[in-house]
Amino acid sequence: MKYLLILGAASDIAKAVAKKYAQNGFNLYLAGRDQEKTEIEADANDLMVRYKIDVRYIPFDACDFTKHQTIFESLENKPQGVACFVGYLGDQPQSQTDFNEAINIINTNYTGCVSMLNIIANDMEQRRDGFIIGVSSVAGDRGRQSNYTYGSAKAGFTAYLSGLRHRLSKVGVHVMTVKPGFVNTRMTEGMELPQALLAEPKDVANDIYNGQQKQRNTIYTMWVWRYIMMIIKNIPEFIFKKSNL
Amino acid sequence: MKLSNWGNYPVIDAEVKSFINEDSLRTIIKTSEEIIPRGLGRCYGDSALNKNIISTLRFNHMLCFNDETGELVCESGVSLEEILDIFVPRGWFLPTTPGTKFVTVGGAIASNVHGKNHHESGSFCNHVNWLDLMLSNGDTVRCSRSENSDLFEATCGGMGLTGITLRASFNLIPIESAFIRQEVIRANNFEEIMQVFADSADWTYSVAWIDCLSKGDNLGRSVMMRGEHAKVSEIRNNAHKNAPLILPKKMKFNVPFNFPSFALNSLSVKAFNALYFGKSPKKPTESIIDYDQFFYPLDSVLNWNRIYGKKGFTQYQFVLPIESGKEGMEAILNKIADSGLGSFLAVLKLFGKQEDMLSFPTEGYTLALDFPISDKLFPFLDELDAMVLDYGGRLYMAKDVRMNAKMLSGYPHLDKFKDIKHQYDPRNIFSSLQSKRVGI
Repeated sequence: MKYLLILGAASDIAKAVAKKYAQNGFNLYLAGRDQEKTEIEADANDLMVRYKIDVRYIPFDACDFTKHQTIFESLENKPQGVACFVGYLGDQPQSQTDFNEAINIINTNYTGCVSMLNIIANDMEQRRDGFIIGVSSVAGDRGRQSNYTYGSAKAGFTAYLSGLRHRLSKVGVHVMTVKPGFVNTRMTEGMELPQALLAEPKDVANDIYNGQQKQRNTIYTMWVWRYIMMIIKNIPEFIFKKSNL
Repeated sequence: MKLSNWGNYPVIDAEVKSFINEDSLRTIIKTSEEIIPRGLGRCYGDSALNKNIISTLRFNHMLCFNDETGELVCESGVSLEEILDIFVPRGWFLPTTPGTKFVTVGGAIASNVHGKNHHESGSFCNHVNWLDLMLSNGDTVRCSRSENSDLFEATCGGMGLTGITLRASFNLIPIESAFIRQEVIRANNFEEIMQVFADSADWTYSVAWIDCLSKGDNLGRSVMMRGEHAKVSEIRNNAHKNAPLILPKKMKFNVPFNFPSFALNSLSVKAFNALYFGKSPKKPTESIIDYDQFFYPLDSVLNWNRIYGKKGFTQYQFVLPIESGKEGMEAILNKIADSGLGSFLAVLKLFGKQEDMLSFPTEGYTLALDFPISDKLFPFLDELDAMVLDYGGRLYMAKDVRMNAKMLSGYPHLDKFKDIKHQYDPRNIFSSLQSKRVGI
């Protein structure tokens, strides 16, 4: 009975990933905040009808650090894999003047993920088995005026995943970093985004599943973002400062 | 955002909102002046277009399935493809299906879609046990043949104009295999194909591809494809026999961009049709093919609508009652062949009995054919409209993008539909570009 634990299960990408792993025989723990319980439980029922697997809702708030150990211990079956989709874009201008917003962005995207993944990583290291998928963001590749609080937290998370991968590779536990670009989700609904660069959650989920199966280290999805970000990262600072990105 | 349906015409600027539960949908309905629900946008024209659109695609849970009876309850954004992917391996198939599986359950109900088994099984809504509908005042009501039956009947084939279908219950049918035993029969003209249809009445599935460009003695030459769900004992391939419900993985092709509009002209279409007809076997031939090949041959080419170019295309589908079938059909086929406006192979089908409010099927012959959009097209289709009306026929709203209000006189229960719509949607919130054009 293999289980995948999905942290931040109410996100649209997480939902597509849940489906993908369910199709491939995984049972699921869908973890999310109390206010997402109804939504996640509806998803859980859907997945059980479709795939005849065991799916359970797990109450989990990334920012409620003190509860993380108990939550992990409460899982009846230790998950073979974990996928972390926890994320909060927040309001960039507000985060510049209101430190509560900044802390919220940092804690959700970085501190909360580190807290929970540390617990899981230690368990997997002991069992010498498992995989960890961390969803970071292309926004973490270079700080930009439009979302650098979020971007800096994601940059931290990317570095964390990289270090974790280094450490756990010694015991056969694989860590994969995922950097999605624009994805057609509720978060991006109504935004004017270039259609050619807008990925469907289903395609992102396929990339994530295939990448994990092939033990990729860092994947961009869509793949073209690797090259877009390579260019953006290499724009000289004196030009970058004049841009409106 | 810029949006069009399958015909890529018209392209309009629309605001699309989605919902994941009744509360979020209610908020949208209550704050909108006019809206139309939209699923996968596989209607051809403007049935699911308006400046404000409610997408059902995020409302797509399967709610329960009964392994004994085959009853499935799901939300309206679930697609037929998803249902097949999940339930064919468990031995169940759709009670009826249109020629593409890329439609949602909500769309299948709104257009009351039909399939190759219409003469036996009727259209999609015949298999719907009940549905939940959110009305213009935000209330959710359950409708069936016994509960709110007026609303149920109007919603089946009601083009999304009565409210938003939230969820529906319908029964899948048991199958032994994912394969179809197909028989292909060639007919040299319209009279012959009519006879083949008459002889095929006992077959579950029947449909013909008809060459709309041939004239004279060859007018209406066709290839009939009829089929039955294959029994395991009928499957000859050993690998398939051992896993009769599992389909082999297939390549999907994609048309990555719009073809230039000169790619399809009457010469290239004529050549294709001649080739297709020439390739078909002269004597009736039987084969075992998988359900995708039988029901959804075009679904394997993603975005095939792009071959019609940037200007887009429309599909003209009409039905003529049995009595005027031969005369009417031959007159219309002649007119199409003379026009040279070209179309790929067209689809011909004999419908069984049915008489609803806005649902398209009614007993008789139906013909569906594609036309690339051009300056000459609409005046020509107006002429066809007059012939269809003369012969007592009607057009399929889900395919239409240009008919006028007069064409709805082919629907004898239209007034009843309008009364029910007005009763439940007095402010006419649910409306599309099409419904405004035809005055519903």
